[in-house]
Amino acid sequence: MRIVVLMKAVPDLVEEIELTADETGIDREFLKFVVSEWDAQALEEALLIKDAAGADVVAVGLASDPDIDQALYTALAKGADSAVKVTGGEETMLTGDRAALLAGYLAAEPADLVMTGVQAADDIDGQLPPMLAAHLGQPHVSVVVAVEAANGGVTVRQEFAGGLVHELAVQLPAVIGVQAARQAPRYAPITRIRQAMQAGGLREVTAAAATAAPAPTVRRMFRPEQASHAQMLTGSADDVATAIADLLRDRGLVKG
Amino acid sequence: MGGNVLVLAEHDGKQISDATYELLGAARDLAAALGGQAEVALFGPRDLASQLGGADVVVSVDHPALAEYLPEAYEQALTAVLAERSPRLVLMSTATAGLDLGAAAAVRWQAPLAAAVTKLEAAAGEIVATAQILGGKVLAELELPGERAIAAVVGGTYPAAAGQGAGTPEVVEVAPPAGLDRLRMSLVQVTEPPGGDVDITTADLLVSVGRGIESQDNVELVQELGDALGVPLSASRPVVDAGWLPKTRQVGKSGLKVKPKAYLAFGISGAPEHLEGMRDADLIIACNTDPGAPIFDVAHYGTTVDLFDLVPALTEKLGR
Repeated sequence: MRIVVLMKAVPDLVEEIELTADETGIDREFLKFVVSEWDAQALEEALLIKDAAGADVVAVGLASDPDIDQALYTALAKGADSAVKVTGGEETMLTGDRAALLAGYLAAEPADLVMTGVQAADDIDGQLPPMLAAHLGQPHVSVVVAVEAANGGVTVRQEFAGGLVHELAVQLPAVIGVQAARQAPRYAPITRIRQAMQAGGLREVTAAAATAAPAPTVRRMFRPEQASHAQMLTGSADDVATAIADLLRDRGLVKG
Repeated sequence: MGGNVLVLAEHDGKQISDATYELLGAARDLAAALGGQAEVALFGPRDLASQLGGADVVVSVDHPALAEYLPEAYEQALTAVLAERSPRLVLMSTATAGLDLGAAAAVRWQAPLAAAVTKLEAAAGEIVATAQILGGKVLAELELPGERAIAAVVGGTYPAAAGQGAGTPEVVEVAPPAGLDRLRMSLVQVTEPPGGDVDITTADLLVSVGRGIESQDNVELVQELGDALGVPLSASRPVVDAGWLPKTRQVGKSGLKVKPKAYLAFGISGAPEHLEGMRDADLIIACNTDPGAPIFDVAHYGTTVDLFDLVPALTEKLGR
């Protein structure tokens, strides 16, 4: 089974986010980019399938994403069999553009199973897995918390609010949007990532994009107005602890 | 047609969800502004139409494959309904069905989609959506031009009451597409959430941990505070996805909605999905080292003191 795991680099949310001068986009120049956390979960789940049933796991990223090499080398260090950088697209924030380009790549190098994060923090125009599946004409399931090979297809667990789970049998090829892997993503020692980098081995493939879905027009971006703000408790940890303890005591929520 | 707004109904086979009523209330206002009517696409049991008195029209597709939510079956039914009804705007929630169907419909129906919408305005045929990105740190104002568009709306954006009318909508039946008889996926079984764990929705006081806790070992530190207070630990999604606490403890969109008398948030930044689940708590006290964290916009009290210093100090003061 050939499993393609799609990796995206997204702004690190720990960082201060700056808007572009015209306020229609995110200023990406000084931002730190990290692998989308859901994509890391998708990679882990793919590697679990490989561990259990054997699979050829290919990590795929867009060459136009900042710092994507690091993400792909990390995937190799974790156990992906190969890694591909797809060229042919401009740097874009739109999921529609990504889906169209990746559909072009997957038409040229088909997968039995595509796994990627259910969403990304900077999705504006929708999530990648259903868009890509619609281009490919394949079945898709999102918000998935387990994928296992079974009867020539896969069995997936789809999660709903409150923890209700549907177990689905899905024929291949298919696209799965992963919410969480069955276990926390494995760790890749920095020495192994360095080895992967020294070995090189990122294959570049130029893809011809499919026709993207119409996109919304970004009129402007702005920071949310703060309707209210917390009253800040300052001082030492001990001072703050005293203040919080008093707040809880005043409401009769703790004894003493 | 023209200016109609169509809501995708969510239900469990018996009850229409609150999220559906929230969307229907918004659909009525938007349809009025666009000169159309509010329609609801109802897949599965047709008798649920009786719960949709707030709609002008219920568009029903009934077929055994639609008895429970199944992504491919719903997608086929939605595609058939969109072709037949040609609404100006489709509304769905950002829950599981919205995450499955919205972006697929954008490609199949060739319509622009706005994800994570918290505000919709319509005037003179123009629709503008305000959407959250980057964990709610940035809002994007999006024009949805053309003759058709889709908006995935964040739960809780609109009140449910506005969608719970007592009218008698016209029920229009759309023939089940032939594809429903040759689906490439099937429902094997439905599993209820594991019971036996504590019920965080009934606790008066919750101690909640987020990504800032950094590791499973550190969860123990906060557990000691929970033990001292005799209250359960709850968590935001990253902590549960990492496997550090069970799913039954997750607060937020894909978890549980809680409304305790006090909610202590440690290392929770306040992603919109989390705020959706806890913003109605009577008292919210948040601890996060990032003074710009969105959690402080809903918290009553906040502190940027390091949680690893604050939690042991609190445990000592509140321990019995």
